[in-house]
Amino acid sequence: MEAIVEHLTECVVKANENKQALCIRGGGSKDFYGNPKGLHDSKLETGPYRGIVDYDPTELVVSVRAGTPLNELESLLSEHGQMLAFEPPGFNETATLGGCIASGLSGPRRAYNGAARDFVLGIKLLDGQGRILNFGGRVMKNVAGYDVSRLMTGAMGTLGVLLEVSLKVLPKPETERTLCFELPVEQALETMRRCAGQTLPVSATCHIDRRLYIRLSGIESAVDAAHVKLGGDEFGDNLSFWESIKNQTHPFFRDNKRLWRLSVKPTAPPFSITCEQAIEWGGALRWFAAAKDYDATAVRAQAEKAGGHATLFRGNDPSIPAFHPLQPALLKIHQRLKRQFDPVGIFNPRRLYPEF
Amino acid sequence: MLSDFPTYSLSNHFKMRHANLVESFQSILPTESVLYETEDLKPYECDGLSAYRQLPMIAVLPGNEAEIIEILKICEAEKIPVVARGAGTGLSGGALPHADGVLLSLAKLNEILEIDPVACTARVQPGVRNLAISEAAEAYGLYYAPDPSSQIACTIGGNVAENSGGVHCLKYGLTVHNILKLRVLTIEGDVLEIGSEALDSPGFDLLALMSGSEGMLGIITEITVKLLPIPEAAQLVMAAFDDIEKAGAAVANIIRAGIVPAGLEMMDKMTIAAVEAFIHAGYDPDAAAIVLCESDGSNEAVAEEIEKIRGIMRESGAVRIDTARGEAERRRFWAGRKAAFPAAGRVSPDYYCMDGTIPRKHLAEVLRRIEDLSSEFGLRCMNVFHAGDGNLHPLILYDANRSGELEKAEAFGARILEICIEAGGSLTGEHGVGIEKLNQMCLQFGDAERDLFHAVKAAFDPDSLLNPGKAIPSLHRCAEFGAMHVHRGDEQFPDLPRF
Repeated sequence: MEAIVEHLTECVVKANENKQALCIRGGGSKDFYGNPKGLHDSKLETGPYRGIVDYDPTELVVSVRAGTPLNELESLLSEHGQMLAFEPPGFNETATLGGCIASGLSGPRRAYNGAARDFVLGIKLLDGQGRILNFGGRVMKNVAGYDVSRLMTGAMGTLGVLLEVSLKVLPKPETERTLCFELPVEQALETMRRCAGQTLPVSATCHIDRRLYIRLSGIESAVDAAHVKLGGDEFGDNLSFWESIKNQTHPFFRDNKRLWRLSVKPTAPPFSITCEQAIEWGGALRWFAAAKDYDATAVRAQAEKAGGHATLFRGNDPSIPAFHPLQPALLKIHQRLKRQFDPVGIFNPRRLYPEF
Repeated sequence: MLSDFPTYSLSNHFKMRHANLVESFQSILPTESVLYETEDLKPYECDGLSAYRQLPMIAVLPGNEAEIIEILKICEAEKIPVVARGAGTGLSGGALPHADGVLLSLAKLNEILEIDPVACTARVQPGVRNLAISEAAEAYGLYYAPDPSSQIACTIGGNVAENSGGVHCLKYGLTVHNILKLRVLTIEGDVLEIGSEALDSPGFDLLALMSGSEGMLGIITEITVKLLPIPEAAQLVMAAFDDIEKAGAAVANIIRAGIVPAGLEMMDKMTIAAVEAFIHAGYDPDAAAIVLCESDGSNEAVAEEIEKIRGIMRESGAVRIDTARGEAERRRFWAGRKAAFPAAGRVSPDYYCMDGTIPRKHLAEVLRRIEDLSSEFGLRCMNVFHAGDGNLHPLILYDANRSGELEKAEAFGARILEICIEAGGSLTGEHGVGIEKLNQMCLQFGDAERDLFHAVKAAFDPDSLLNPGKAIPSLHRCAEFGAMHVHRGDEQFPDLPRF
């Protein structure tokens, strides 16, 4: 394993000398995500650096090398009755933990259990100067120094190469049940909000194809009681439905179109749009399956008005930045941070923002 | 070098600068909001870590964001250090003033601007007290989850600066997990909107970077926090053990069983005695350790979980297991835990509170080593432990009036932090580095990491004017500390045995 780190370090040092852009890549499951990589970027493969470094179920902490397949990690946790509570989307079986943290994406459980960044406790990082750095650790609480570990989560590899990540894990719920309601979008949103204001064991919500799906997770008696309170029919195929939402294999996501992801204030009213939409996260996440010529500026304006931002998630187009533009003052801080971590600008240039 | 200058000219220069600054601040703030006389500055000379004291040059008490912007402009132009302060309850000297700087009190910005009961959020100013948020949200059946022991007094702005925790953070997270959005002023005069009312934001996670940044990156003027529904039910189990290792094993067994308790706390024998004498919480006075374990949620979930917890405590060898009979007893059990610090103040003239975190599995070993150190230094030590999340608060008892005892307590504390780092933990779980733990930062991080920390600061504050000298030690300081560290025993306490 040491040889792999040496190799990666060498590549970074060399790229630095030659001002050669590197495209950091684990399993390639999220090649579609973000601005497209440059034509001349060479790949820096982190896949070979894999394996579980340390896992003690009673500590609720696992430390994993970045190239470890997400599947492998999740099955290990599952054997011990635990899970990654942010339910990360892998999109396909090649997904690695490094890519999962670098993209910072979270799945259906996000609104109820927290996001990828909430579970990151520590990282080992290869920075732009080829230095190996350790931040955070394997403990739940740690306020020594700035929180560089969470800063890396969702940075799309633009600040450095993740080598190792320590994560907090949680026990799997004793039981899960999905309820299904035929509801128009307005009422579905209202029901989602009602759930958020009560002590209910809700772990996921999704409105798709005019149906509202609510997943309950926890102790059986609590799930029973919540079912009685909410009513609704039990939906049989609990596991595969949420898998299809998480990994976007559901037909809604799969047609050859432009997929917009709007992260908004959960109480934002329903959008009046001409394309199909799906709603998750208690109303805080709205997916638009739009046509190719759907007006990007209008989508972004709608998202801003609803207190959030819009990402062109799939069907990227070089003329439209994938991520929502930043306010100038924030962009300035981003550019400065980038220069501090990666002075020459070798890591995933422009993948996150065209400016760096 | 100071000696190169005639002292009178330096002090004249200082006086003039001082007078000019006072005048500048008075031109933008009401007269009573600019303090510069020694007796007016006295209340600001220290925070909760009172062993460190320093008068600021000037203290300013702005009442709104516009005034803060003007203050920062003056400080930026004159290159004057700025130290932000909330309620001053911090325990690491993070709000210790700078002798040549301005102390920026945010206490007057204490309004709850908006509670949105449907979105479950509150938008507040930084000087709002932690508990005041939950009190205001209660009418809607909501509360703000992080509950540091000082929650009656500490401000939410300070909580963000320190990334404060509390007794419920294993289940509900720290401040970083419970805030959505910040409005931040940079020293360069920019207004940053960090985070949003959505669950995520584009770009880097600056919300995380701001949390726990100890006032070194920007001045927070507004905070949007997440509110949670008040649990339908909460119930507490108090289990007594005749052996601290068994108590540690009980904690591990609870986690192993797939339970994430709302609170999971442990106290050692000396703490139990001090607390019982103080507030009669109803703990077992003969126990070597007690574990408090709380479950909250729906009625059904709590009833079932409490039964499981009792079973695990029994199997782990508890000698006494009490489930709180009613809300009054539950509150009394908690009151004991929350009174651990003041109880220490009753059994000793002074105490020094540490804040290390460790992987739980090393608890027994770390406690044994603390006990050894206790006899080595000749100072008693009480241990309270946020067992669920591995955050240890050893309280070193000493008497500042006895010559050398404070220094001994500090040396003892430093050794405890080093043990935590060796055990794979961290030197601070929730109190921050401040001025107090700068030396230990040299042990926890290498030169390259500290170098990057300084680089992060420079991205926000290129001239290093915001709370300079705190949280991240200079490379020079670490070089000196490294040299000292080796010889520490010989230099400071030649009479103490070392092994």
